[in-house]
Amino acid sequence: MPVILNHLSNLIDAPRLVTQTPLLRASGLKKQYGRITAVDDVSLEVYSGEVLGIVGESGSGKSTVLRLLNLEENVEAGDYRLNISGLEAINLFTLARFQRREVQTHHIGIVYQNPHLGLRMRYTSSGNVAERLLITGERRFATLREAARVSLAASEFPLNRMDDPPRVLSGGMQQRVQLAKAIALEPKVLLLDEPTTGLDVSVQALVLDTLKRLQRERHLAIVIVSHDLGVIRTLADRVMVMRHGRVVETGLTDQVLEDPQDAYTQQLVHAKL
Amino acid sequence: MTTSLAALAAPREDYSYAFLDAYAKRELRRRTLKAIAIPGYQVPYASRELPIARGWGTGGLQVTLSLVGPESVIKVIDQGADDSVNAANLRRFITRMSGAATTTDALQATIIQSRHRIPEEVLQENQALVLQVPDPEPLRAVQSDSSKAHEMHADADYGQMWLVLYEQLVRYKQYIQGASYPSLVNGRYVISPSPIPRWDTPKLHQSPHLTLLSAGREKRLYAVPPYTDVRPLEFEDIPFQVEDQRGWICQHTGAQNKFMNEIPLADGTAAYELSDTGYMEKLSAEANGSTRGATYYDDEGNFYHAGYLKPPVQPD
Amino acid sequence: MPLLQVTGFTKSFHVDHLQREIAVFADIEFTLEPGQFLLVSGPNGTGKSTLLRCLYRTYRPSAGSALYESRHGTIDLARAADVDIALLRRKEIGFVTQFLRPRPRVSALELVAEPLLGAGNSLADAEPQARDMLATFGLKPELWSAYPTMFSGGEQQRVNLARALIYPRRVLLLDEPTASLDVKARASLTGRLAELKQQGVAMIGVFHYPQEIQHLLDGEIYLKNATALPESEMVEHVVE
Repeated sequence: MPVILNHLSNLIDAPRLVTQTPLLRASGLKKQYGRITAVDDVSLEVYSGEVLGIVGESGSGKSTVLRLLNLEENVEAGDYRLNISGLEAINLFTLARFQRREVQTHHIGIVYQNPHLGLRMRYTSSGNVAERLLITGERRFATLREAARVSLAASEFPLNRMDDPPRVLSGGMQQRVQLAKAIALEPKVLLLDEPTTGLDVSVQALVLDTLKRLQRERHLAIVIVSHDLGVIRTLADRVMVMRHGRVVETGLTDQVLEDPQDAYTQQLVHAKL
Repeated sequence: MTTSLAALAAPREDYSYAFLDAYAKRELRRRTLKAIAIPGYQVPYASRELPIARGWGTGGLQVTLSLVGPESVIKVIDQGADDSVNAANLRRFITRMSGAATTTDALQATIIQSRHRIPEEVLQENQALVLQVPDPEPLRAVQSDSSKAHEMHADADYGQMWLVLYEQLVRYKQYIQGASYPSLVNGRYVISPSPIPRWDTPKLHQSPHLTLLSAGREKRLYAVPPYTDVRPLEFEDIPFQVEDQRGWICQHTGAQNKFMNEIPLADGTAAYELSDTGYMEKLSAEANGSTRGATYYDDEGNFYHAGYLKPPVQPD
Repeated sequence: MPLLQVTGFTKSFHVDHLQREIAVFADIEFTLEPGQFLLVSGPNGTGKSTLLRCLYRTYRPSAGSALYESRHGTIDLARAADVDIALLRRKEIGFVTQFLRPRPRVSALELVAEPLLGAGNSLADAEPQARDMLATFGLKPELWSAYPTMFSGGEQQRVNLARALIYPRRVLLLDEPTASLDVKARASLTGRLAELKQQGVAMIGVFHYPQEIQHLLDGEIYLKNATALPESEMVEHVVE
């Protein structure tokens, strides 16, 4: 009996056991910078409690996707929804700047690779965290102190250093401050852009562990962008592989890393392992 | 009979009335009306060349010149003093160009142009206070990009201002911003109330008089209309405080609980005198029948809006 | 309907830079009932582990179906959505290898408790169970709060088994779990597997020394040397 090999690779059913609606749904995302198309027809879904990894080489558009999901930039085309009460029916890209800021503040947390993008390096670490509450109108100093303490502790930041400015902290500590800031308002979505790149391997492992614990405890929908497949393997449930602004493969993390279907993914995986 | 050309022509004038031409004054008045209509909002205007340098009060001077008339009574103060060179020059220029009268009595003036002080006596409804402003943008320290700062004002996005206060409390256990303490006007716009001391900031709240603030170099003016709420930024649990000058006694008048200048002495101690020279003059002349008005702070230091200033709280 | 019904199950790897298909096995057929234990056997390189990984979807099956009767309905493991597979992995289908992936500064106890926490159990609930499991597999109590990154191979293996077997699954895929275990630990494992079988857990396993679990087996999936034979002859036998 002749076997048609790989005929299943493009045949994946729609979810049947998982019946809840994904927390985050983006479809047909397109972003251009002048004549360069950075993101081309990218679609993704992330459920609460799930970690989606996005991998690809520099310039693949993976970080741009994250910026779009953080509502930092406008798209040429695309639909982006969060399954959060009151927002379900709204394509977030159609919101005005002011409303976007509301969504961003309350529902999305982000950690950047470069702490300078996410932190005020000369302000206190606790102040960096407290700022999130200030944006929402909290005006009690004692409440701000306590919230900063709670978030920093959840990020496993040593509280005796909470009033040190990030500029005097190590890279790993800076990322913990970013993380505390990102989770301060208990968002539903956490976006991580190369959160451990540039850290020592042991520090990196500790930060990843904190992320894992937070993800489990808070049932966050996490999207993590990284070119480090080790990081992705540790953290992500599913992986999306990007190249030239397009998605070339998606799958369970272990499957994409161990049995990549796409020619490019095979190169990528073999280059890194 | 022939008439000479000279007889037909209007007499030659070197300058328009109150120096500025009619169009300039009209523009300034329009901007001023807009500023009054949107309390605390910074209205851009075309700042004119004046015979004094930018940074020496040109913003205040333009507003004063657009308001002044022959029946006006002008008081000009610089850091509380009527007799500083700068105040004297401005006063002389305004009266020479307008024919207005001058005074050092805060209650007699119809227009008070001031650098960095509000008089001690409670100003009244028929008075306008014009404050000279070097830097009108309260967000400057936290946002150097002025178009971003505009967006922040539009969104009432003032979280970063409170962050600055948070940092002060963490590091110094108190608000350390001295002059120009950022304040929220009418519950909407945060202003930088020119560099008046904290002592004077509460005087803007629900005041009977009109306050106009104008920055000539930065080409922006804004207003606190009469009877408008002005609240210094403060945390609910750590109240704003004015300068603590308890026990400072004016060496000339014996007055207390008014804003004082500190005069360092050779032996390392300091003497004090009232910063408001017009008020000091009144106290000295009281014996001669001069009448003193009500002051914002009474002799025990209580502010005239009871409950507006709260007792200090130390942050943990 | 059996718990798992596998038909026409086929796997080959396409290696793009070689422009080659590497066939592993083809057309496998078997069924698995609750409480059944099947041994995957055959010479080296015939894809015994690959079969387990295809069922777990670490590898994408190339053809065929594996209909699994989940608690929420029947689903084809060969083409189920990734999120469905992820759900089954958390709740119903376990994979036991001989390798532990310890992480720095995560204690043995925490590692073992993790699958329970992932399935939604509280820490108060999970910790005593984790202790029991570590005791079952004979890890010295003084090591429970230590970090397995520093453990010997044998100690890591005990932690690994405790972690893999702590959460009650309906199907267990066992990929040579006894390799590098000492006699005593192998006995604990066999005991635990017997217990699970008793509770109705279905198991498919690859074992280096199948004689130890011989008494638990209900059948065998025999894989012939795939690459040496034409595809049509790559067949499997279930020995009842």
